[in-house]
Amino acid sequence: MKVKINVNQQIKVFECEAGDFLLETLRENNYLSVRRGCDTTSCGVCTVLLDGKPVPSCSLLTVKADGHEITTVEGIQAEAEKLGKHFGDEGADQCGYCNPSLALTVYAMKSELVNPTIDDIKEYLVGNLCRCTGYIAQERAILSYLGDKS
Amino acid sequence: MVASEYLRPKDFEEAYNLMIESKKNYLVAGGAWLKLSVKSAEKLISLDGLDLDKIQVNTDYIEIGSMVTLRTVEINNDIKNLYGGILSNAIHKIMGINIRNLATLGGSVMGKFAFSDIFPALLVLNTKLVFYKQGEICLEDFLANPKMAKDILTKIIIKKEPGEGFFKKVAITPLDFSVLNIAVSKNKEGFKISVGSTPYIAKLATNAMSYINNLSKITETEILKCSEMVVEELKFSKNNRGSKEYRVEIAKVYVKRGLKKVIANES
Amino acid sequence: MKVVNTKVHSVDGLGIMKGRPAYTDDLAEKNSLIIKVMRSPHPYARIISIDDSEAKELIGVEMVLTYKDFPRVPFTRAGQGYPEPSPYDKFVLDEYVRHVGDEVLAVVAIDAKTCERALALIKVEYEVLEPILDLENAIDNKVIIHPEEEIHEKFPIGFEPKRNIAASYHMHIGDVEKTLKECDYVINETFYTQAQAHVMLEPHTVNARMDYQERLVIYSSTQTPYHMRRIISQALSIPISKIRFIKPRVGGGFGGKQQIHGEMFVAYVTYTTGKPAKMVYTRKEVFESTFSRHPMKMDVTLGADKSGKLRAIDFHVLSDTGAYGEHALTVFMVVGSKVLPLYNKVDSVKFHGDVVYTNHTPAGAFRGYGAVQGNFGLESAIDMLCEKMGVDPIKFRQVNMIKEMETSPIFSIMGEGTEGTAMDMETCKLEECVSRGMELIDWKNKYPRVDLGDKVKSVGMAIAMQGSGIPFIDMGSATIKLNDNGFYNLLIGATDIGQGSDTVLAQIAAEVLMTTVDKVIVYSSDTDITPFDCGAYASSTTYISGNAVLRAATKMKEAIVDEAARILESKPEEINYDGIIFSSKSGKSITLVDLSNEITYNHMQKQLSVTSSYVGHKSPPPFMAGFVEIDIDKETGEVDIVDYVSVVDCGTTINPLLAEGQVNGAIVQGLGMALYEDVKYTKTGKLISNSLINYKIPTRVDIKKLTTEFVDSYEKSGPFGAKSVGEIGIDTPPAALANAVYNALGIRIKKLPITPEKILLALKEKENK
Repeated sequence: MKVKINVNQQIKVFECEAGDFLLETLRENNYLSVRRGCDTTSCGVCTVLLDGKPVPSCSLLTVKADGHEITTVEGIQAEAEKLGKHFGDEGADQCGYCNPSLALTVYAMKSELVNPTIDDIKEYLVGNLCRCTGYIAQERAILSYLGDKS
Repeated sequence: MVASEYLRPKDFEEAYNLMIESKKNYLVAGGAWLKLSVKSAEKLISLDGLDLDKIQVNTDYIEIGSMVTLRTVEINNDIKNLYGGILSNAIHKIMGINIRNLATLGGSVMGKFAFSDIFPALLVLNTKLVFYKQGEICLEDFLANPKMAKDILTKIIIKKEPGEGFFKKVAITPLDFSVLNIAVSKNKEGFKISVGSTPYIAKLATNAMSYINNLSKITETEILKCSEMVVEELKFSKNNRGSKEYRVEIAKVYVKRGLKKVIANES
Repeated sequence: MKVVNTKVHSVDGLGIMKGRPAYTDDLAEKNSLIIKVMRSPHPYARIISIDDSEAKELIGVEMVLTYKDFPRVPFTRAGQGYPEPSPYDKFVLDEYVRHVGDEVLAVVAIDAKTCERALALIKVEYEVLEPILDLENAIDNKVIIHPEEEIHEKFPIGFEPKRNIAASYHMHIGDVEKTLKECDYVINETFYTQAQAHVMLEPHTVNARMDYQERLVIYSSTQTPYHMRRIISQALSIPISKIRFIKPRVGGGFGGKQQIHGEMFVAYVTYTTGKPAKMVYTRKEVFESTFSRHPMKMDVTLGADKSGKLRAIDFHVLSDTGAYGEHALTVFMVVGSKVLPLYNKVDSVKFHGDVVYTNHTPAGAFRGYGAVQGNFGLESAIDMLCEKMGVDPIKFRQVNMIKEMETSPIFSIMGEGTEGTAMDMETCKLEECVSRGMELIDWKNKYPRVDLGDKVKSVGMAIAMQGSGIPFIDMGSATIKLNDNGFYNLLIGATDIGQGSDTVLAQIAAEVLMTTVDKVIVYSSDTDITPFDCGAYASSTTYISGNAVLRAATKMKEAIVDEAARILESKPEEINYDGIIFSSKSGKSITLVDLSNEITYNHMQKQLSVTSSYVGHKSPPPFMAGFVEIDIDKETGEVDIVDYVSVVDCGTTINPLLAEGQVNGAIVQGLGMALYEDVKYTKTGKLISNSLINYKIPTRVDIKKLTTEFVDSYEKSGPFGAKSVGEIGIDTPPAALANAVYNALGIRIKKLPITPEKILLALKEKENK
């Protein structure tokens, strides 16, 4: 079947089968920043934005995204660069596998939460696992990013 | 997942007929649980076009369409204000934001997961389910009936009324299924107490409720006795996440804390 | 120092955050054949027959590989220096399957769906055998897990497969029995540590293609590209010169990628068919069919006298290496060699035991590598001894722990698989780590506990050491070349798996060359282009590879000064260089940029390029003191980690932010192991914890505060004074937590993980007595 999805502000037509999930469809179409971390919708690594909201692309049927907007990190490069600079300042980069999906979720969080406390932020991001950093440097970087009005 | 077709029925009758046509035809709500449980399907039936994704608030009821995402329910103001936010709190504890943006309240209810955090909260509220063919069914009956005929859940209706609520999820990490979940509510008619993931699906502790609702005076002693009655009447067992002993101990503790909390909040 | 010990941004973080293709599967050929492995449903079985005829008929199926397709050449999958201290007990495919998830056969097809359809058509008949599922029943069990004739050890490691022993070891100094008789206080306790899964977020992935020189080019998510190349060459009889092994960006390893995973199949398929092929592990395969931490049973006996002196240690260990023996001996030895020297002043010490085969998922390398298991046993036992003696556990440690310029006879006796290397602790700031840590956590006001009503607050601590590479075995090297326009390429074999070695090594080079990190372009881990490096393990990269980079950069600086001297008609010793301009006494000068352009294009052209290597002569340990503050709910046993204080002596921190990240990341993994991570099996040997639904790792909500500091320390033998920092962080949390729980509630948990259930039920039992 064919689906029409607005990916990063570009209308794309993808070939897919009824039971395909968006993660595979995106990767086959060279959106390589969207990656797989697990089999059970448990890690957050495959997160993309569906109409601006974070969803697990491994569990979203490609056909369900028909007619909707999908954002991958390729679509928020300026924000990702900003967040990346804060990550660099705080030494929060390690293996980076969780980073693009985290950037998307943080970006969505920025628009959704008003004056969040540190606990609000942690709870919003709880579904984005990280095994390398121990989270503390990421937290510092995200707080700086949220406060960065440039 | 291997599936032959994805269909977008225009009305409930079409969707219903496709559903009952074959055991390998599945309704697709969010799709999150479907991905985990179904390896191969024949027809996938979309519920997207059936106008099930709205929350309607009347004077007496909040009507939640079955396709409303968990996140949308969680942040809805009327839900947040209901019984101290008990349902919002319960939903907030489910996995991460990305799953809650995909999973629907209807999908979560129909899944009838024993570990589900929404059932204790919904049980201590006044909750009815509305099905396409079978009409209104109260939540307790739905949960107690394993042999319900296949049907399409269209709405979850919760009575709007003043009250206090307490919800606790006990889990190894925030992203884990509950070892135990506990909900307590109090309104002008009295207390409701529900414990779930025991590891069995949530139930109301009706004997314990009856005891505490017939007391003229409630002190520490009565609260303790009530919590003990809860663990006597409900069924507890062990699974990979905890032993029966442990669950019984913490159930008593959190029922006790829940009762105290709703009493304190009321005054 | 201008670059080293400064907060330089990583060289690769920005591009990764922006989503650039970088990881192994991002670089797979689009038309790769897909390989899927059929895995054993039984913990122990013999394959009677395989009927793959229907599968082979399917359109799109390229081949089905069974044990009959491979020569019977045993090897070890462990990524270690050759000859490996692990038994050669694995065949590419075998007639026997030895754990649930073991490889039965492989299907190769044009896409994943065809592979799945083919797998469903293959019928395998098994003779189900009785498995061994308890490490305490393994030795001399009538069931023999490895009866094969061809398997062997490369040198004596105590390999007795007929007794289900993969390795064993015994050492003693002095006479422990005799000393114990003289002790006023003796304790004897048994501890258990569980298997832990790495859960690196990127599952194991590998792909291959033939290039136009008819060479096999493999991209793999690995920690040891050179070892992988060698093992594949040996096992598949492919000339090593025909293999190019590249490690792209890796999404975490922690030891879990220090072994062969899918490379064997992918290499075989591409080499024999000429077509590109790939294998991406599912998370289930990562749990069931790669490796986890060696679970262990430790019997610890300690003896002390009235004066407060620790006199004797007896450490008996039983380690479960699972179905295959990768890293069996070496992890086992580290339980002793990187733990026992902490108390170096004992009169006698004995370390002994066995590593046994069972039909569990194989155990392998995992950060800490035995030191975390040993630390749990020893540091818990020390607190228990102090309790019996009625002495303060910190004062006891301060008297008995190793100090700067001291040594331990264990260093020369115990290496990693072989003899060790004697060394004095030229840097050991344990005293400062302990006192600073006490300050940071406010130990005096919180020890042993503070009652908070429903909850009780307490603190607990442990000290730890690790190592920096394996002396006389691990070798690293670096090539530096000067480009036109005055920038350098730094080519290193060293394997960045997310710990930031690309950045750290660039910093070392930049410091020597008096330039900035952006002028040192790093390319790493490509067996054709980068010089040899053992790989990312044993906390070796900063110390070993760093020293190699230091040497190469020093030689390069000499070379460019020589060129400048020639151009400026002066002598090298009379050239002044500030990193940008060379100037001679006579007032002539030339910039590096101009010099590099001149020697590339204009006059006396040459390519300046130097390569240096380094092998360690010792393994200077990093040290740390770890303190945990917890609030325990007395009625439910739930534990809140309020703060974890780590004070670390790792020598110079080449990059202080990345070093802090290493410690914090390791602490959180250690906390996971301490609190709830648990590889669990059913009674019939199937993994229950084979998905992230059933295996939980710490989330960001679980981690409230981590306080990490580094003490001033300068290890002369390390590059710019650095030791290592990759593993030390993981060692203390289990013991620190066990000690804190004891301080809070008077209950001692000796079997990890320390869950709320264990705490509550132990508390109830104590109250009932």
